[in-house]
Amino acid sequence: MRYLPKSPADRAEMLREIGAANIDELFSHIPAEYRFKRDLKVPGQFSESEIIDYFKERSSEMAAGYGIMLGAGAYYHYRPVIIDSLISRGEFFTAYTPYQAEISQGTLQAIFEFQTMICELTGMEVANASLYDLSTGVAEGVMMAHRVTGRSETVIAKSVHPEHREVLGTYAQYMEMPIHEVGFGENGRVDLAKLDAAITDKTACVVIQSPNFFGTIEDVAAIAEIAHKKGALLVVSIAEALSLGIVKPPAEADIVTMEAQSFGVPLGFGGPYVGVIATGEKFVRQMPGRLVGQTVDKQGKRGFVLTLSTREQHIRREKATSNICTNQGLIALVATIYMTIYGREGLKDLAKQNLAKADYAAKEFAKNAKVLFGGAPRFNEFVVQTSGDAKAISDKLLDQKIVGGLPLKKFYPELGNAAVWCATELVTKAQIDLAAKAVRA
Amino acid sequence: MSEKKNFNANIKKVSKHISQNEGLIFERSSKGKAGYRLAPLDVPEVDAAKLLGGSLREDLGNMPEVSEFEIIRHFTRLSTWNYAIDLGMYPLGSCTMKYNARVNEVVVRMDGLANAHPYLPEKVAQGALRVMKDLSDGLLDITGMDAITLQPAAGAHGEMTGMMLVRAYFDDKKENRRKVLIPDSAHGTNPATAAMCGYEVENLKSNAKGMVDIAALDAQMNDNVAALMLTNPNTLGVFEEEIHKIADLMHAKGGMLYMDGANMNALVGKARPGDFGVDVMHLNLHKTFSTPHGGGGPGSGPVAIKKHLEPFLPSPVIVKKGDALAFDYERPKSIGRVKAYYGNFGMHVRALAYIMANGPDGLRQTTEDAVMNANYIRKKLEDVYELPFKSPSMHEVILSHRLQAVNGVKTGDIAKRLIDYGFHPYTTAFPLTVADHGAIMIEPTESEPKEELDLFIDAMRNIAREAQEDPDIILNAPHNARVERMDEVTANRKPVLRWKPNP
Repeated sequence: MRYLPKSPADRAEMLREIGAANIDELFSHIPAEYRFKRDLKVPGQFSESEIIDYFKERSSEMAAGYGIMLGAGAYYHYRPVIIDSLISRGEFFTAYTPYQAEISQGTLQAIFEFQTMICELTGMEVANASLYDLSTGVAEGVMMAHRVTGRSETVIAKSVHPEHREVLGTYAQYMEMPIHEVGFGENGRVDLAKLDAAITDKTACVVIQSPNFFGTIEDVAAIAEIAHKKGALLVVSIAEALSLGIVKPPAEADIVTMEAQSFGVPLGFGGPYVGVIATGEKFVRQMPGRLVGQTVDKQGKRGFVLTLSTREQHIRREKATSNICTNQGLIALVATIYMTIYGREGLKDLAKQNLAKADYAAKEFAKNAKVLFGGAPRFNEFVVQTSGDAKAISDKLLDQKIVGGLPLKKFYPELGNAAVWCATELVTKAQIDLAAKAVRA
Repeated sequence: MSEKKNFNANIKKVSKHISQNEGLIFERSSKGKAGYRLAPLDVPEVDAAKLLGGSLREDLGNMPEVSEFEIIRHFTRLSTWNYAIDLGMYPLGSCTMKYNARVNEVVVRMDGLANAHPYLPEKVAQGALRVMKDLSDGLLDITGMDAITLQPAAGAHGEMTGMMLVRAYFDDKKENRRKVLIPDSAHGTNPATAAMCGYEVENLKSNAKGMVDIAALDAQMNDNVAALMLTNPNTLGVFEEEIHKIADLMHAKGGMLYMDGANMNALVGKARPGDFGVDVMHLNLHKTFSTPHGGGGPGSGPVAIKKHLEPFLPSPVIVKKGDALAFDYERPKSIGRVKAYYGNFGMHVRALAYIMANGPDGLRQTTEDAVMNANYIRKKLEDVYELPFKSPSMHEVILSHRLQAVNGVKTGDIAKRLIDYGFHPYTTAFPLTVADHGAIMIEPTESEPKEELDLFIDAMRNIAREAQEDPDIILNAPHNARVERMDEVTANRKPVLRWKPNP
């Protein structure tokens, strides 16, 4: 086996040194009836070229090269090539969690830069080193709000990503955390009157997403006021991180959870992505996940360490803030490099291009179908209601090598034949024009 | 510290070399530099202020402004400050730091897979579904289990999923079991997970051999206990020889056996959890199946189960629909989703590529080499470091600092001195069952050639001698790293968690 660095002579010599007559002796303490006798039913051994052929074939069964007008929590943006050249350095991708600070300063400093950039973008004071993704991030944000307030209930907007709400439901079901959902109004935003009515003195937090699942930007300040009036925290979830290039950060929030997939992470059929949680300094000890802090070594030289670990499971065991151990180190590095490449001006310029593409697309679609939720600003997504079945429209568009919007019937039957469409900088005017024609009755 | 001391007299694996300094990226930033150029917009420009109104953002604060080449330099310099498996042995016990094959990185970047949106219609997602199905089939034969979900994002997430399946099963049967038993040697994620599933954690003491005490288990197991969370081989690297009794005992009293698969690298192709009575387990693809650790993730933590838990699996599951594969969302008894989409698919691709490269014979040889390497280290070090448990070792060996502690040298100090010798430290002070938190937990994995093992053994033996002759060398280590020991106390007391510009 080409990955194994031993000759038969090496093995024989090592067994001799160990004092074992053969390799089976080292497994002899496994009860005989449980020793596995046959070959595993797995493919291989394969040569490198055979492995590449197999995955080439799998890749060809996908939609390579198609225009993508799907968003819904996963966004197709350009990935500058230096991201892969940097993260392909073995020193980054074959390193472990940076527990040993003296030989992990590279990873630690990069995470410190990540935490700083997330703070700058979200308007929060502290950010952690990452979470698995946004769906679990929302659940972690809610659990954190429960710890901070000592209250047990959650009010969540129905315009939060349906799968994120589902994950929250899974996490909450055994922790006695009742969840109440609040609908949206004509303009796609959270219904403020219903929200106000839903919050009680048991409400630990209000959870909204902005831009929400329909692409609509919420009135965060107004919602914060309603939540805070009754002593509840506001958790703002951001699925499209690039929106922060042009949309005001949710500074009124108490906790921000964000998906940073847009920042250079390939769509990759849903993962790995990178979630992050950010908050105010006063809540830092209730925050889940790893944190990197700046300090000095014995000579007074600046350096970085994993810190505040007494919150974590390896110390606190069943009393920990979360059971999270492994997070998304390398993907956080991807996001850090991406944010560095585009930086202060580029994120703004790029976000503005997305705004322009979606604005053009919504206008073109509106010529042939009904674009919902026009009364509030949006970023790069919009909802289109058609007379024909939304899934049939998207399926037909595949023939023109365009992946159409996500049909919403499964999640929002009340919207009829609707789909949420997305236009990033990578979708062309020609593709938009084709898609806009396809939604015509 | 005396300047005459030669810290490096016995070091063979490494030499000093130049290490580049590099500040924070924000300190390189200055207005007007840029590392990007956008393609021209092919639709009309918009007035953002008009579209967004009060939601418009004017400024991105202290986000950096740097050129492309500075970015390359910055992160390349940072990278050189890291230790990595590509540089040498990474003997972290319980972490399985093995070679990350490069072909895995190539195939995961293939256009159709890398740029696959998770909501692609199934007819243009068959390739991804096939990868997930083929990986699932392989993992099921490797574990001897009946069904699997690839959705969990990492080991602890898999644990949570697995324990939720246990909870859902008992809830469905209207059995109200409130407790979960966890051995004192367990990883901290186990109790944290059980608590998240609403269970009360009860500690189970190990016997003198470091294994589950069957009599204690018998006494503690009753109809209020849902499951025993067990790592096998356990965190001492020891196979639970009475595993069948443990499983039988749990099943006889209506409970389940959960297995933490952190140590599967000792079993693949040699023994199967499904055969020895495990009901539910998670795997760590980033350990056993070689997906890169990436400086702390991403991981992937599939959960494999026996048939009776199948109705409760997270939704969706992959099913056959005629000639094609499809996702089935109609799962009325499902615990629900544990993550958006379908799990860390990029890790599924890499794990399948690893399995294909190995095949049945390669996987078996891998396990044998991993166990042989650990036993070789044990044999070569047991005369200079205490072996607190004499039970046969599998893929890792646990020593202790007892012989060195008499000179004031603890496991954490020895670990720091290993850095000078060119190695990443082993896992320190875990498991907690080793007296005085003195554990030295070494897992070499199959990836180490004999030469590297011999260098490691030589380093550990030298350090043992230093502990007797010159403990200060160890207590002040590392001497050759870029930075010395960090002031963690101040980092904790006055946390500085982000950069800020000088006022």
